[in-house]
Amino acid sequence: MSEEPIVRVRDLRKSYGDAQILKGVGFEMEEGDLVSIIGPSGCGKSTLLRCLNALEIMDSGTVSMAGVTLRRSEGERRVDPRFHDLAHELRQRVGMVFQQFNLFPNKTILENVVLAPLVVNGEPREVAESNGLRQLEKVGLGGFAKRYPAQLSGGQQQRAAIARALAMNPKVMLYDEPTSALDPMLVDEVLAVMKALDEEGMTQIVVTHEIRFAREASDYIIFMEGGEIVEISDEDEIFNNPKDERTRRFLHRFA
Amino acid sequence: MKSFLRIIPLVSLLFTPFAVSAEDAPKDVPRELRWAAAVDSNAPFAFYDARNKLTGFEYEIITAIARHMGRDPKFIQNSWDGLIPGLGRGLYDCVICGIEITAEKGQEVLFSDPYYITFEQLVVAKGTPAVTSLPELSGRKVGTLEQTAALRMLESVPNVQVKSYAEEINAYNDVANGRLYGVLLDYPIAKYYAAPNPELEFTGPPFGKITYGIAVSRSRPELVQQINAALSEMVASGELRDILSRWGLWTPTMADALHQQVEPSLPDTEYRAFAAQFEEHQGGILGRLRKYAAYWPVILQGCVLTLEISVLSMILAIAFGFLLALVRVYGPFPLKPLSILYIEVVRGTPLLVQLLILFYGLPHVGIKLTPFLAGMLGLGLNYAAYEAENYRAGLLAIPKGQMEAARALGMTHRQGLRHVVVPQAFRLVLPPVTNDFISLLKDSSLVSAVTLIDLTGAYTRIATQTFDYFGPGLLIAAIYLLIGLPFVRLTGWLEKSLSTDRRPPDQKPSFWLGLGA
Repeated sequence: MSEEPIVRVRDLRKSYGDAQILKGVGFEMEEGDLVSIIGPSGCGKSTLLRCLNALEIMDSGTVSMAGVTLRRSEGERRVDPRFHDLAHELRQRVGMVFQQFNLFPNKTILENVVLAPLVVNGEPREVAESNGLRQLEKVGLGGFAKRYPAQLSGGQQQRAAIARALAMNPKVMLYDEPTSALDPMLVDEVLAVMKALDEEGMTQIVVTHEIRFAREASDYIIFMEGGEIVEISDEDEIFNNPKDERTRRFLHRFA
Repeated sequence: MKSFLRIIPLVSLLFTPFAVSAEDAPKDVPRELRWAAAVDSNAPFAFYDARNKLTGFEYEIITAIARHMGRDPKFIQNSWDGLIPGLGRGLYDCVICGIEITAEKGQEVLFSDPYYITFEQLVVAKGTPAVTSLPELSGRKVGTLEQTAALRMLESVPNVQVKSYAEEINAYNDVANGRLYGVLLDYPIAKYYAAPNPELEFTGPPFGKITYGIAVSRSRPELVQQINAALSEMVASGELRDILSRWGLWTPTMADALHQQVEPSLPDTEYRAFAAQFEEHQGGILGRLRKYAAYWPVILQGCVLTLEISVLSMILAIAFGFLLALVRVYGPFPLKPLSILYIEVVRGTPLLVQLLILFYGLPHVGIKLTPFLAGMLGLGLNYAAYEAENYRAGLLAIPKGQMEAARALGMTHRQGLRHVVVPQAFRLVLPPVTNDFISLLKDSSLVSAVTLIDLTGAYTRIATQTFDYFGPGLLIAAIYLLIGLPFVRLTGWLEKSLSTDRRPPDQKPSFWLGLGA
């Protein structure tokens, strides 16, 4: 696996009816990379992320992540049951964080964090809880284990959601606009957690509107528009010298 | 409930009783005399008294007959309409239940010699001019019971407006209230339900002649002979006259028929005891309350049955409804439409019809359910359809993101349902489910249609024995309210305990807190 890139996406296509959302997208990542995907609303960046862990099922293409390869060929109408098995396998190795946090509101923060280790991995409760508490400490929520999500601020909730994903020891983390639902005041505490994870060597893919974060933290940036990757480049390059006119226009608004 | 089933003769034609199954009745060992009656018919035939003990002049007669035959009497409860069909199916040996010997019924069953001969008695409001013949009733409103000889008699009189009732007590009350001119019914009924009422009086001569006989299956003429022999012994020894005298039913008609003396051989103690209840309840509110209190065994029994059947059928409804909802929302092709079909059919048809089909219809395809099982299944399967829709609403109300988060964490769809979606949906549907339980508690009164004596059955029994639908009605309504309350409290408390995300930290809900909310 060390030779292989940890993420490899090839010719990923997805349509809803007649609307082509992804028109053949591909990229690769090395272990420990942090990649930001930016682009205007409706460009397909969220769909791309959701296809990566098969919450949406791609029409065709290849997704290899953390040693699992999902593949569908063009014209394949029914979804192979084998695909579902592999997707399930892949999701156990890839964590995901949602725009709306999607914490389980009826469970405490700690219960949120330990549920998957208990249910999916069958870990003993003590092991799951001590590990879960460690993850909560890591995102700065050590004292909030017994609270319910509704008793936390948005930033705290999103950090709890990150801890929940980390509890499954993922090889890759996916973030779907993790700070879009947050008050501007609370954005930084979430981004700080992601930066800390980057320093630990976590492989992360972030769909975001936080240009500043993308610029500071990313190893490289993917700019998407109209279901295609318009530009992939290292952060300074894309900001200082965007090759594509569309990238230039998009970034201009943040200048 | 006899009176209730009279309304639906169609069903009665199709039906079998299930108080016992035919198998546990060995035919060759005649140690027992299994006799059937509809004991929700009233005094003085065979009925449960205030202490919930079986009594009545027919009860005494059949007990004596069994003794003369050297057998143990064994009582089998059945509904009025099921009595004759039950004979054909061998559920019991004979029926004694005020059945009139007619040529028409003679086609279906064999009859013993008459054990009682009587007539129709006209009852009118006190002070009404005497009536000497039925044609004088022309243009009047006259009441009687459904499916009785009196009804046929009245219908043959031109111009009489006949009103048929399910319960004699209601008919007599309507005379007292001025809604009816008079009521024509068998003498024993008039004696027990009209004579004690000071607002009513007997009028006119005995109309017609009615002979009660014990019905036996056509295939058992030898049993008829044995019963007749026992009856003759009782006549000869004066035992029959003793029984009828004590019940106040020894009439000149009877004396004439048996060629015995007109005077009763014993004082009419049983009748007086019965009529005394009626006098007592004239004695103010306290007297009434004391009177209802005497019925506590019936009420308690009814309470227990109502609670048992409601709780059990609710458990069934919740479990099965949950399954239906899961299949309807997430199920694969053949199951999903089946679940929808079930829900639509069950919701779209009356519970009463479903109960009747379960109890009276299923035996035609070989499935015999006890009344309790039929009542519980009927209520449970019916409410399952409503619960299913509650759960479906609950499942659909959980945001999609919850299941996505579960799956993104590596859970299977099933694990996501079990650990994430369902627990949240459960809390969400608690209020409508509570609501349904209260509703089910009340709908459980329909099980009296399958011969169960629940709270409502107890009400009818008390009302017909105390001549009073008002007081016992309020009492029973209050009991329904009382037994429903703890469940409302319980679910209110459960709801609060589960709604953790809306509660400030570390505040435990109190069980009683819900009272004000």
